[in-house]
Amino acid sequence: MSKENVMEFIKKYTMIIVLVLVTGFFAWKTGGKILLPQNINNLIAQNAYVFVLATGMLLCILTGGNIDLSVGSVVCFVGAVGATLMENKGVNVWVAIIVMLLVGLAIGAWQGFWIAFVHVPPFITTLAGMLVFRGLSNVVLDGMTISIKNELFINLFGGGAECYIPDLFGMEGFNLTCMLAGVIAVTLFVIIQLKGYLTKKSKGYETGSFSSLLIKTVVLSAVILWFAFSLSKYKGIPTALVWVLVIVLIYGYITSMTTTGRYFYAVGGNEKATKLSGINTNKVYFLAYANMGLLSALAGMLTIARMTSAQPTYGQNYEMDAIGSCFIGGASAYGGTGTVPGVIVGAVLMGVINLGMSIMGVDANYQKVVKGLVLLAAVIFDVVSKKKSE
Amino acid sequence: MAKILLEMKNITKTFPGVKALDNVNLQVEEGEIHALVGENGAGKSTLMNVLSGIYPYGTYEGDIIYNGELCKFAKIKDSEEKGIVIIHQELALIPYMTIGENMFLGNERGKKAKIDWTETYGQADVHLKTVGLKESSRTLIKDIGVGKQQLVEIAKALAKNAKLLILDEPTASLNETDSKALLDLLLKFKEQGMTCIIISHKLNEVAYVADKITVIRDGSTIETLVKGKDEINEDRIIRGMVGREIADRFPKRPDVKIGEVNLEIKDWTVHHPLYTERKVVDDVSLYVRKGEVVGISGLMGAGRTELAMSVFGKSYGTNISGKLIINGKEVHLKNVRDAIDHKIAYVTEDRKGNGLILSNPIKINTTLANLDAVSSHTVIDKDKEYAVAVDYKDKLKTKCPTVEQNVGNLSGGNQQKVLLAKWMFADPDILILDEPTRGIDVGAKYEIYCIINQLVAAGKSVIMISSELPEVLGMSDRIYVMNEGRIVGEVSKEEATQEKIMSCILKSSKGE
Repeated sequence: MSKENVMEFIKKYTMIIVLVLVTGFFAWKTGGKILLPQNINNLIAQNAYVFVLATGMLLCILTGGNIDLSVGSVVCFVGAVGATLMENKGVNVWVAIIVMLLVGLAIGAWQGFWIAFVHVPPFITTLAGMLVFRGLSNVVLDGMTISIKNELFINLFGGGAECYIPDLFGMEGFNLTCMLAGVIAVTLFVIIQLKGYLTKKSKGYETGSFSSLLIKTVVLSAVILWFAFSLSKYKGIPTALVWVLVIVLIYGYITSMTTTGRYFYAVGGNEKATKLSGINTNKVYFLAYANMGLLSALAGMLTIARMTSAQPTYGQNYEMDAIGSCFIGGASAYGGTGTVPGVIVGAVLMGVINLGMSIMGVDANYQKVVKGLVLLAAVIFDVVSKKKSE
Repeated sequence: MAKILLEMKNITKTFPGVKALDNVNLQVEEGEIHALVGENGAGKSTLMNVLSGIYPYGTYEGDIIYNGELCKFAKIKDSEEKGIVIIHQELALIPYMTIGENMFLGNERGKKAKIDWTETYGQADVHLKTVGLKESSRTLIKDIGVGKQQLVEIAKALAKNAKLLILDEPTASLNETDSKALLDLLLKFKEQGMTCIIISHKLNEVAYVADKITVIRDGSTIETLVKGKDEINEDRIIRGMVGREIADRFPKRPDVKIGEVNLEIKDWTVHHPLYTERKVVDDVSLYVRKGEVVGISGLMGAGRTELAMSVFGKSYGTNISGKLIINGKEVHLKNVRDAIDHKIAYVTEDRKGNGLILSNPIKINTTLANLDAVSSHTVIDKDKEYAVAVDYKDKLKTKCPTVEQNVGNLSGGNQQKVLLAKWMFADPDILILDEPTRGIDVGAKYEIYCIINQLVAAGKSVIMISSELPEVLGMSDRIYVMNEGRIVGEVSKEEATQEKIMSCILKSSKGE
């Protein structure tokens, strides 16, 4: 590779390189403990809500660097409502789940309405939401903790001890189902990559070099297989991982492949030009925030299932985790750029830093300092590289 | 021979990968108006940035000799201390500050801890009088027009004791009357001994005001024309700029049969979105036929853009009344989507602000107004999108390495082509082109004119809004003249002259 190619490569995959380096650093510092199957499992289970929220937050940020400060409170409120319905009122689990999703969506729509159609700045609208729904959570729970005993709900959303996809083979010490799922995923991935390459070639479009495609495919496949192998050696596929994968795949597809997804990028890139291209920009804002409400509801369910309880203090600083993941993952503070895979890398990086420092026994207060500095560094990188490209 | 005030010797400036200036020499005599002309990207602005210290000493090669001494400017303040003041193309005034505050921004009167407001506004008023502004220096910038703002910029330069004034495209956003006033002001300063360097694309203005004209092409000085010695006219200057004589600045249109009326606008009235009692467009009626280019001429602020945008799905204004008839049927366009669906396209005058997503690649910009055409069930076919973009790139001869290139990295002319491609892909029958050649160089202009000819040859209707009279005269089959929101004249191609159009405007002006 020539020098220019190397620079290009570093620029394109900065965050992945950083992630590898940081993981390597913690593997060294913790004597390899961070790479133990159990810790890999914990990384996913503990951060499932971050993945979900960050995906939603990305859509808000795409529209122009707008953030949603209310997600932590909404997570808590939805959880509170759900717990009350299931445990105190004896409502059917499925009904409760649907109500929770609807409540989240309604909250998102409420905030989206003010932002999109009345043009109240998102910062103010969601700051208000942050206060309102934190307050309402307290009202609903009456300041108390409700513990959740519904087994179905807990298993469904990845809480408690049995939060794994059941193993079909029952091999001792190794979860074959999980490994098989990994192999299938890799096979599908390779087929899709190859098919895309061949279609392009047959239609005579530019394809990029085959070797770079090969390297990318091999590296990603290896990562997926190693990941599946690690989980197989522990307890298998955590249920939370399934939720994360579903959300990531759906939203990755929407943002990269559909017209609706394109509109989010367009609005963030140049709102006036988008409007004059016949696109309803108000609707785009509305969708971003309504969707954020819906995903907050899902994150709420994951949270109360994991904790097997609902408390008025849940969800605090969740918005910061989501926003941080987006910016670390390469979303621009000005809007218009950022991808779902990027955000996932950002969220994993945050998770690795958290986990690594916890294993090392770093004081929680210093952990916050480090996380804050990492976030600042990521945004500085964005701003400076933007300036250079101008 | 008068004293040489400024000499730039063998200036060479390289950016990574590009030699922007290559051994440029420039001599400016005291008390003259010296024009710099050249195509976009020729290196005029770079040269002036070297002179004013924006690119500090050491980042370029060559010498700057000013007033007999070698200068090593490290920052703008250094050059300003010597009396070299540059006024940039984009106005650098703060709307919600007064004229006086703006004038002394960074150069405040009084002490650091206590601004002397009496002194500030007193001095400001004196300078305003010099540039012929009657406004009080306590007026907010946002309350005066662009023409007057440009004069405030000049007054601001005077407040810095300018001896050498550099103006980068000072009339780019001014109408003809304001431009004339500004140029006359420069001539008046010249009599008082001020030296000016003026960068301009408007060659008629250059010919009017300049004593010497230096032509820059591809980062090198080509020639310096001296008034009275060399022949100075537009064709002569263009020859220097492009290295060849453009025999005909407007391509000949093959015989296009003009068909039936395609769009008719009747009794169209639009009110200002904020000051709702003010009529911006007042009872306008016009029509355009198939295969016809209709020009709309007028001064800045005549309401042409507002007319176009209000027709384009009410994207401007309130209380819009009047009838729109397309192909003989009355239509009501509620929003931009409606307008596009009725095969209207509006190509904005402000390609950076309202037209393109600069941070996105060419292909995404090309398909934005018609994404449905490259997608099925809202899923985008990226291969098809790429193919479309390449197709339009070839058709319009857009110069770019690939269509993955971000639009922000293209030159003005190529950006304009991408914008045109975007709207051509939306497959309209009626195109409203608002200042389609603003700020692009002579060669690209010619290509845009060719595209317009192709469009009408395909039976489309084109409404072209333009402030450049030669362009309107050269391209239109019929011309409407607009002033103060009203149509004040309609002239056919045969009877149209610059004088005729200007007199339509002047006669209709209510006067200030």
